[in-house]
Amino acid sequence: MSESITSVADNILNVENIRKDFPILTQTVRGKPLIYLDNAATTHKPNSVIERVRKFDAEEYGTVRRGAYKLSEKATQLYEESRQKVADFMGAEKKSEIVFTSGTTQAINLVANSFGKRFVNAGDEIIISNIEHHANTVPWQVLCEERGAKLKVIPVNDAGELMIEEYEKLLSSKTRMVAINQVSNALGTINPVKKITEKAHAVGAKVLVDGAQSIPHMKVDVQDIDCDFYTFSGHKMYAPSGIGGVYGKMGLWEELPPYVTGGDMIMQVTLEKTTYAKPPARFEAGTPPITQVIGLGAAIDYLNEIGLDKIADYENTLLEYGTRLFNDIEGVRIIGNAQHKASIISFYIEAAHPHDVVTLLDQDGISCRGGHHCAQPTMIRYGVPATTRASMAFYNKPEELDALAESVKKCIRFFSV
Amino acid sequence: MSYDNELYQQVILDHNRKPRNFHIIENASHNCHGVNPLCGDDITVYLNVDEQAGKIDEVSFQGSGCAISKASTSLMTVFLKGKLVEDARKVKDEFHKMILGEMDPEKEEHHLGKLTLFMGIREYPSRTKCASLAWHTLVGALDKKFDGISTE
Repeated sequence: MSESITSVADNILNVENIRKDFPILTQTVRGKPLIYLDNAATTHKPNSVIERVRKFDAEEYGTVRRGAYKLSEKATQLYEESRQKVADFMGAEKKSEIVFTSGTTQAINLVANSFGKRFVNAGDEIIISNIEHHANTVPWQVLCEERGAKLKVIPVNDAGELMIEEYEKLLSSKTRMVAINQVSNALGTINPVKKITEKAHAVGAKVLVDGAQSIPHMKVDVQDIDCDFYTFSGHKMYAPSGIGGVYGKMGLWEELPPYVTGGDMIMQVTLEKTTYAKPPARFEAGTPPITQVIGLGAAIDYLNEIGLDKIADYENTLLEYGTRLFNDIEGVRIIGNAQHKASIISFYIEAAHPHDVVTLLDQDGISCRGGHHCAQPTMIRYGVPATTRASMAFYNKPEELDALAESVKKCIRFFSV
Repeated sequence: MSYDNELYQQVILDHNRKPRNFHIIENASHNCHGVNPLCGDDITVYLNVDEQAGKIDEVSFQGSGCAISKASTSLMTVFLKGKLVEDARKVKDEFHKMILGEMDPEKEEHHLGKLTLFMGIREYPSRTKCASLAWHTLVGALDKKFDGISTE
């Protein structure tokens, strides 16, 4: 390993200190130190999140929004404080613009259903891209089928970048919604969501930005992007699983009908008719994942303490280093070489199928994902059945990428004999 | 540079590189398309069955996937040639139990022959479907599942 990369990385943040915050990283796998490189799938939790969740469950847990007693009042207050943290973290104007869901998948389903019911009719058009996660593809396909609308797809170039001039041609007065990720989970491409939003608004369309892969890795400001919806998942930003959400502009939320109905989302219920609560309660039927919301708040505190700018800088250093290492390995093809990329390296080895690659990497203690990454249209576009993906977080070290590169070389030799 | 595991044995690697019976049987009496939707393994198994004798005369496959799925299908075709349909179904069940770790071929009676090579799969639950796809597809072909089969 080159000394210079370590010193460059060290100047940004002290990774050894950071790693002390994540107890899971100290374990061994099959006798080797764990090298965890599947952060685009899910991330690990720092002690502060683990401890906050423990303390909440042990001392403060209660139902929210309905109990007129101390435990419930305190839990409700903490729950709403977390909503405020989320709003501040992504630059929302008001905390009531944040609706909690189980994660990005449910968030996009919520918007597709509620927005679709209210605003999408036969002959209308929805635009997505060729590099979306299935969670930002299937809900729109289903909606289009149900409403007789048409799904249009922005193509990508060989590097994995959206072809903006083609996107402009797809836009028209029929476009109701443009749903696009800020970072592609399969390739790592960072998409120009601000520009995309501006062009969509020019024809009167709304924009949903899927931020599942971006919010843990870069500073997000929804008001600057000016998107109408922004979705995210807690478990990809060092919080527990089962919690995520969607930001929406209040004016738009107010116009939308509920998606899931039941308790807590009503104004008044008689046997003849129900009137709905105001947002965000209208979209949060039933008892929410209370503990997970508290954990999400703690994760945001942790990220703020380190600073998203530092995190982005550090991960970018890892990406550049890893890309250099991979470009030097014969027989490896990186899928996705966009100019603006988040810390994801997706690669294909002629000699071995990605599932065999990840099994052999695991022999060396390395956790990578092998598969289509819930992005089959992306795999089809690049002519591969699947890829192996190394996705980095700020707790990864340059040495771990050296180990990955060595393990990949070993795997190629093993399958080439 | 070797790996300390039972999974990728030489025979398996050899069948991955040079799959046997890797062709289409034109006008096969039975065939079935099988997929692992989560990982994309995709095979078609072709059979010529002598219905009167209840015997598999010919068997072949085509498709793409990981080394385990390819080698498993290749070794299955070698194993099945000339076998009774009834015995093939029994071996499918034994194979399944072995890779799930529910049957130990070193301690229990079985009819798996060389197929015990796949015993190591029981240590890798995420790879079970790679090995079993061939056998599910075989049963799909025997049962005339024209829509194909899926492991999910």
